[in-house]
Amino acid sequence: MSAVIADTTKHAKSYLTDGTTIRSWLLTTDHKRIALLYLGSITLFFFIGGIAAALIRYNLIAPRGMIGSAETYNRLFTMHGVVMVWFFLIPAVPVTLGNFLAPLMLGARDLAFPKLNLISWYLYILAGAAALYSLIAGGVDTGWTFYTPLTTAYSKGHVVATIVAIFIAGFSSIATGLNFIISIHTLRAPGMTWYKMPVFLWSLYATSVILVLATPVLGMTLLLLAFERIFHIGVFDPAIGGDPLLFQHLFWFYSHPAVYVMILPGFGVISEIVPAFSNKGLFGYKFVVWSSISIAVISFLVWGHHMFVAGTSLYSALVFSILSFMVAVPSAIKVFNWIGTMHGGSVRFDAPMLYALGFIGLFTLGGLTGLFVAALAADVHLTQTYFVVAHFHYVMVGGMVSAYFAGLHFWWPKITGRIYPEIWGRVGAVIIFFGFNLNFFPQFLLGYYGMPRR
Amino acid sequence: MSFWLPHATTQAAEVDYLIFAVVAGSCAILGLVYGSIILYAIRYRAGSKVARYGASEKSWGIEVAWTSVTLLVFFGLFIWGADLYVRLFQPPPDALKVYVVAKQWMWKIEHHGGQREINALHVPVGQPIQLLMTSEDVIHDFSVPAFRIKHDVLPGRYETLWFQVETAGVYRLFCTQFCGADHAQMTGEVVAMAPPEYEQWLEQNGTSGSMAKQGGILFMRYGCSGCHGGNGIGGAQATSAVQAPPLTGLYGGPVPLEDGSIVTADESYIRDCILLPEKRRVAGYPPIMPSFAGQVSEEDVLKLVAYIKSLAPEAPP
Repeated sequence: MSAVIADTTKHAKSYLTDGTTIRSWLLTTDHKRIALLYLGSITLFFFIGGIAAALIRYNLIAPRGMIGSAETYNRLFTMHGVVMVWFFLIPAVPVTLGNFLAPLMLGARDLAFPKLNLISWYLYILAGAAALYSLIAGGVDTGWTFYTPLTTAYSKGHVVATIVAIFIAGFSSIATGLNFIISIHTLRAPGMTWYKMPVFLWSLYATSVILVLATPVLGMTLLLLAFERIFHIGVFDPAIGGDPLLFQHLFWFYSHPAVYVMILPGFGVISEIVPAFSNKGLFGYKFVVWSSISIAVISFLVWGHHMFVAGTSLYSALVFSILSFMVAVPSAIKVFNWIGTMHGGSVRFDAPMLYALGFIGLFTLGGLTGLFVAALAADVHLTQTYFVVAHFHYVMVGGMVSAYFAGLHFWWPKITGRIYPEIWGRVGAVIIFFGFNLNFFPQFLLGYYGMPRR
Repeated sequence: MSFWLPHATTQAAEVDYLIFAVVAGSCAILGLVYGSIILYAIRYRAGSKVARYGASEKSWGIEVAWTSVTLLVFFGLFIWGADLYVRLFQPPPDALKVYVVAKQWMWKIEHHGGQREINALHVPVGQPIQLLMTSEDVIHDFSVPAFRIKHDVLPGRYETLWFQVETAGVYRLFCTQFCGADHAQMTGEVVAMAPPEYEQWLEQNGTSGSMAKQGGILFMRYGCSGCHGGNGIGGAQATSAVQAPPLTGLYGGPVPLEDGSIVTADESYIRDCILLPEKRRVAGYPPIMPSFAGQVSEEDVLKLVAYIKSLAPEAPP
């Protein structure tokens, strides 16, 4: 098998060997090369965020902390959050696997706007540089949610630099989202109707719609935040005539849909892998694709569930609670359909499939614990504690990172022309599943006992 | 330290029933998902000699079935959680009011009788307590896990939270909204005592006067009485040269506003009138009241509010 692959790379020109200068990489408009540029850069940020996470865990070994002041710890978890959310989770699958695979799945030569694709990478790099600057200059201590008036009037960290980083990263997201939407609309191969598209493209489409519609709101919110911090224009700080809850509304109006930006592409990856290794078509294709679309729509209507104890009205809490239950239904449908796909199949357990099964297991737990915080009275007790930390790490890390690794393994031979050592792939999948549970499951109990998150 | 978090309030047990019900339901679903994955993984593993269906299974019936079951269960959970939540956030009218001012990084508590404490809150058992909370700086959150309650404490407005402790004891209080460097140290305790002991505690910590009485002194000192008259009887051109609304009997009653709407004069309204007089101006009076924002501390505002609340409708001359 490997000999065959080696042969083809020797004779045909691949995108990897077509020009080897740095210039040929940095000025490329080839979607495959841009995917690799992105792969390299998000991996770098994944490690930076990961180092911050490791230091957080290290500091938590002793009650008084292992690495000095509370200030340092606050800066660590803020950096962890900012880097992981905006520089890893949100771009991860769309810009790497999406960039590489979307044109191939569509049967197109490239994305609709290859130059825009390259620009989005440069924007990402610019944003990453700003983030690194704020990190090296001393960091920021507000938490990744930037709640006001702490952020605008009290924080001593490099708030503005961090905001600039996220603001620019937002434009990178918008460019990527537009590119996918237009490519999917206009570049499908002749005869490929919407319902004949691979399900991964559907989830990229749903993701892109959210990116394009929600990211501008984040941009505006951050701009207002910066204005208030620099020029003391009263928008959010009640001391100068603002409203602190307004920030939370605007922030979560972006950040809840953003959660689905992170997980929807993961759903797409899993919906490709489970059928492939079950040797059987996806069970309930139309239900899976329409559940992606309904998640994209309903996700815009649930932001208030972050604010059940924040001082909003009773009635709005009731509405946001029922809508939050509604948005969980399509996710449940997907899980059932993946299991339905295995039924009657011929299932193999290669590394990608193990990651995919790990994804289903961890995401189901993450989803179910979401029900606790959607049910109002239970949320009052559990919110702002470690329960919530565990819940969203189950979805974001257990779910999304597992799906990302599943996809990387699954398409690795397609991307590189090489095969990874299967046994290590499987070992990795198993370690991540059990290690993750060991790390995060106890946090559900800590949260129930009332341990606040920071 | 017992394994179970104590149920210090009646609603604590109710919240736990809800949580445990969701735990039970989740375990069932988790069992179903993990069970069928493991079952299918073994039964349909590649190479096993088991009967397999064709790839063209009809899926509509089963899709509709599991979608509607999921919806139904979720709707039940919503009703359960919402019903309890509504009760958690509707204080009974006879609740004993205690005032909380949060700041980086401490809790300042003030009782009706003027007793003050820091990072501790003494309350009687068996009686509903309503906290009226505000913050001097950033957003904090008042959370007592043993009571299963929490609520954000915002600058610039009053938020309320109520509970009724059933078991005497000392319970830990946390700030659960990240509020800056020493957020994790912003803790305290709620001491729930039998009513006689609570009375005794109030006496031992007696002060120069109740909040209302101290507020009365502030009412003179900040010059409020100059326009609103001594004892808040109101001002008119004849008596005090300016026209200012009377404050007697204001609390709890309806107030017609300049824009035609009518509000109930609660603590938040009175607070706004002191700090943001233009926000909701009473009908029929000229806009001459100056803002006291930045001049009166949150604690003094609470005392002024307590004083104005104490002004009975028909004050004897």
